[in-house]
Amino acid sequence: MMLGPIGFAAPWLLLALAALPILWIILRAVPPAPVRRRFPGVALMLGLKDEDSVTDRTPWWLLLLRMLAVAAVIIGLAGPVLNPRDEGEARATDPLLILLDNSWASARDWNAQIAVIDGLLAEAGRAGRPAAVMQLSDPEPPLFQAAESWRSRLPGLAPAPWSATPEMLDEAAGMLGDTAIETRWFSDGLVHEGRDALLAALEARGPVTAHESPRPILALKPATLADGLVNLEALRAQSGPTREITVNAHGLDPAGVPRVLASLPMTFGEGETGAQGALSLPPELRARLTRFEIAGQAHAGAVTLGDDGLKRREVAMIAGRDDREGLELLSPLHYLEQALIPTADLLDGALMDVLPANPDVIILADVATLSGAEQAALLDWTAQGGLLLRFAGPRLAASDVSRNEEAPLMPVRLRAGGRTVGGAMSWGEPKALALFAEDTPFYGLSIPADVSVSAQVMAQPDPVLAERVIAQLSDGTPLVTRKRIGSGQVVLFHVTANAEWSSLPLSGLFVQMLERLAVSSSVAPPDAAELEGTTWQPVAVLDGFGALNDAGTLPGVAGERILAAPLGPDLAPGIYDGPDRRIARNVISAETPLAPVAWPPRIPVEGLARAPELPLGGWLLAASLILLIADIAASLALSGRLWPVRATATLLLALSLVSAPQGGRAQDDSRAILATSEVVLAHVITGNAALDDAARAGLVGLGRVLNFRTSIEPAAPISVNLETDDLAFYPILYWPITPDQPAPSAEAYVKLNDYLRNGGLIVFDTRDANVAGFGASSPNGARLQRLAAPLDIPPLEPVPDDHVLTRAFYLLTDFPGRYAGRPVWVEAAPPDAERIEGMPFRNLNDGVTPVVIGGNDWASAWAANDRGDPLFPVGRGYAGERQRELAYRFGVNLLMHVLTGNYKSDQVHVPALLDRLGQ
Amino acid sequence: MNTPVTPLRPRAESEAARLPPLLARAEHLAGTVLLGEHGRRRAGQGDDFWQYRPVQPGDSRRMIDWRRSGRSDAQFVRQREWQIAQSVMLWVDPAASMRFASDSGLPDKADRARLLALASAILLIRGGERVGLTGGALPPRRGQVQIARLTEALMQDSDEDYASPDMAGLLPHGRAVLVSDFMGDLTGLRGALTAAADRGVRGVLYQVLDPAEEVFPYSGRTIFESIGGTMAHETLKAGDLRDRYLERLAERKAELASLCSVTGWRYGCHHTSGSAQSALLWLYRALDGGIGA
Repeated sequence: MMLGPIGFAAPWLLLALAALPILWIILRAVPPAPVRRRFPGVALMLGLKDEDSVTDRTPWWLLLLRMLAVAAVIIGLAGPVLNPRDEGEARATDPLLILLDNSWASARDWNAQIAVIDGLLAEAGRAGRPAAVMQLSDPEPPLFQAAESWRSRLPGLAPAPWSATPEMLDEAAGMLGDTAIETRWFSDGLVHEGRDALLAALEARGPVTAHESPRPILALKPATLADGLVNLEALRAQSGPTREITVNAHGLDPAGVPRVLASLPMTFGEGETGAQGALSLPPELRARLTRFEIAGQAHAGAVTLGDDGLKRREVAMIAGRDDREGLELLSPLHYLEQALIPTADLLDGALMDVLPANPDVIILADVATLSGAEQAALLDWTAQGGLLLRFAGPRLAASDVSRNEEAPLMPVRLRAGGRTVGGAMSWGEPKALALFAEDTPFYGLSIPADVSVSAQVMAQPDPVLAERVIAQLSDGTPLVTRKRIGSGQVVLFHVTANAEWSSLPLSGLFVQMLERLAVSSSVAPPDAAELEGTTWQPVAVLDGFGALNDAGTLPGVAGERILAAPLGPDLAPGIYDGPDRRIARNVISAETPLAPVAWPPRIPVEGLARAPELPLGGWLLAASLILLIADIAASLALSGRLWPVRATATLLLALSLVSAPQGGRAQDDSRAILATSEVVLAHVITGNAALDDAARAGLVGLGRVLNFRTSIEPAAPISVNLETDDLAFYPILYWPITPDQPAPSAEAYVKLNDYLRNGGLIVFDTRDANVAGFGASSPNGARLQRLAAPLDIPPLEPVPDDHVLTRAFYLLTDFPGRYAGRPVWVEAAPPDAERIEGMPFRNLNDGVTPVVIGGNDWASAWAANDRGDPLFPVGRGYAGERQRELAYRFGVNLLMHVLTGNYKSDQVHVPALLDRLGQ
Repeated sequence: MNTPVTPLRPRAESEAARLPPLLARAEHLAGTVLLGEHGRRRAGQGDDFWQYRPVQPGDSRRMIDWRRSGRSDAQFVRQREWQIAQSVMLWVDPAASMRFASDSGLPDKADRARLLALASAILLIRGGERVGLTGGALPPRRGQVQIARLTEALMQDSDEDYASPDMAGLLPHGRAVLVSDFMGDLTGLRGALTAAADRGVRGVLYQVLDPAEEVFPYSGRTIFESIGGTMAHETLKAGDLRDRYLERLAERKAELASLCSVTGWRYGCHHTSGSAQSALLWLYRALDGGIGA
């Protein structure tokens, strides 16, 4: 039985509600039982009549309370359920088929979808219906079994990073069998070709209900590179109101850590389904991009992977001859630069300087000899995948490189001298190029008629020569030879890179040849014919949620399929490594349409937001219990047995106990804000109230002096509890020592050591005028030794005369406090610190000493009340006031040292700096 | 002081110890006035030396103390302290209505009444007065033995619900202290007071009430019963009764006060929730200065 969204398990029990009015009448007639009280004043009451003669009935509100309690019990026992799932009653015996589109677009609401499926399976389990789960993106024959066993397998389902192809849908339609089934189709919200046939097949077997997430689908097209800008286009399936999205460009930072390198906001206009944007990145950064992702969209369609097409190759060009300044057209690199500038980033510099930048290509134009180190480095670089492109020239022709035996960085051996054809002093005509053979990278390029070669270096005939030639002249002499070294290669053009030996660099063919050699990257992907016969090994693949995972042992993919074959189990989107380059297969290609699914009106479509089934019986019974307790209280109050004062007091006490432990955290935050918004001096709470007050007053007094005399304007000092407070906010901690001070806990020592290592400074003050020389013979000294033992304190020394503390603000030779004892200890200077001739000071330790240890009771000398009057006497008479003044000066120097470090030490370099500036 | 395990007398003594000896001011009445051994702190009839004072005009020469005057040039008169003693009769309501305490933390009214009565009796006896009980139970006497007797006599309970004072054995021109809750019928009291006034007896009516009797914190359907169980009153809404009950209580107090003012007595009211010492102080004041002499 249903009442709105509430159903009842035992609706007949509700008839008992009819008995309520009878109960009302009965209860109403029974007044509360009287209390018998002994009371001497009864003599005065004799003869008093009750004014209200009707009140021997139970008051109506108490009756109502009881009625409500009884009604709650009745309704609660009737088993009410909110949002009951009993719509499947009529076909309770049909098997349930859960059909998942399970594509990348399903990933956007995967958890909600799984939750709904779980609910459906649970319901089917209760009804004893067999169930099956079928994934269209990887169809398998439906296996109807107990719903509970499917429930246990739900966590193992994951969306596929591809969409179901028409073939898959056909296949699925063929697997359905002949039994009548009820189908729940969890759609990904996108149109798939072939869906109608499957839908018809399902409808022939039973009712079909579609579930679809209302969350809009966003997708990102592959990034393209044009004019140095990375162009991105996002799509959405349904046009709608204006929407802002952010596209994050992910990549590796120089340390190799993946992070977001750039963000690009894009806007879908109202009613538009596309949004465009362009990202301008420096080439260095662009080369590191690995993928783009729409922020907040956790599915593979919102991710597009970058491949070599995104990168501009870095080309380093080294010329052997650089002595003819001014003659640009004769420069061996001029034509190469012209050819490469539009598509590649050129590096300039010495060979050993550019190698660490790991360029993709190094061009050696007429470089004959390389030093041993250069050769080893180049070889190493080439073996790791570099492309070494060499051009011949007069130097190479004249040298002995690769003459008798093949040099490691030359593809072939060369004959001495080279040859010249068609010149003024030679026979014959300049030679034209022969057609490119099929197995060369240049196959298919058309050869302009005006390209001729008049001089070249000649390769020695070798058994391996034939397989290394990739271009030759019409007379069969090699023009371009290639040798593979490791995963890289060396390519030699047997002509110069300028127009001296041939007209090749003047022609468009030269540029195309460079492109084919992947010297300059072509934005367009390679065509299928080129890829024929190659095998591409997946490096990293996307999962349905858009995460890039290591490909592991996935098999390679044939080159014919890599570009155009539909994505599927055997071709996951990801990055594939091929012979010369990497190709990214993205979920969304440039042509993928994104259209929302349109279900026929006869199919009911539900969202994923199903209200969970909620049994209300327990709540109602609990409510009735509460009502009955209220009834007890009310009855007691009515018959005068309840002392409201006491009850209220108890209740208040309980409430106060409950609400007491609050506010600690907020206080902590406000303290941190207070401590960080200004410079704050801090002292350690020692537990001795008088000492803590003195330390605090000392910091107040020092703060006043700092305020008056320097640009440090500290806020009110803070007392720090080492156990509970965060120390990181305070530049300096003043720690007076008492013999009876408790040692901090181990956690507090961890904090203190952290503080010391990260630039904090602790001033230990034994306050005993250092009579013991920090030995253990004074109680304070002994305590200090024990307190400081677990601290990470570097070697110490008495403040040397040239320590920066002596001149950070005032020039000081002594650091008196209330006592004028010496010495004060600070971190020792490094043993190799030496005084340079002509410098007044040694070049001392860089940074701030982590501890200052003294016994002069500085805080007492600094201590001042609110009016600035000193609180403790220092010395006697004028000399005493002078000592106090020096104590303040020490405090100023200390704070300056803490806040500016060795800035004053650096002042010794001022003459040298001025000298360098030419002053 | 409220712990019932401590016997009544030590508690009363400790209560009495907090006060200076009570000086009952007696009216000078023939017949009942006997010289006591306790001075009145002023010159008058008596045995004890009070002071020497210089001779003033009007003093007869017989009054000059020659031994004292011989030691100096001036002449002195030797004065003796004025010493009188008076009979104070106590009556503490022994009825069941007094055995009521609304809260376990409060003493019942009988306990408080006895305590106050005995404390004042001790004070009076220390001050030289003679203290007894009305109704001929215990004639006024002095001394520590009398205190023991008083204690014994005060501890006796009566079974009836309400009692009225028996004014028999009242010495003319003496003093009387009546301690009760005065909840019962007042006709007996009225007659007793009138009789006492006729005999020149003055005193104090001290009403001891429980706070619950003053506040009436009851509500709901209730049957009120007297302590002895002889009287009962049922109400359905005790809360409604409160105002009228309090009205009647106020009437009762007013009647007692007017009765006192007619007969020259003092009326006081004490709640068991209040301090016994302040009640004793009031009693002291009332006995000491209330007569207006």
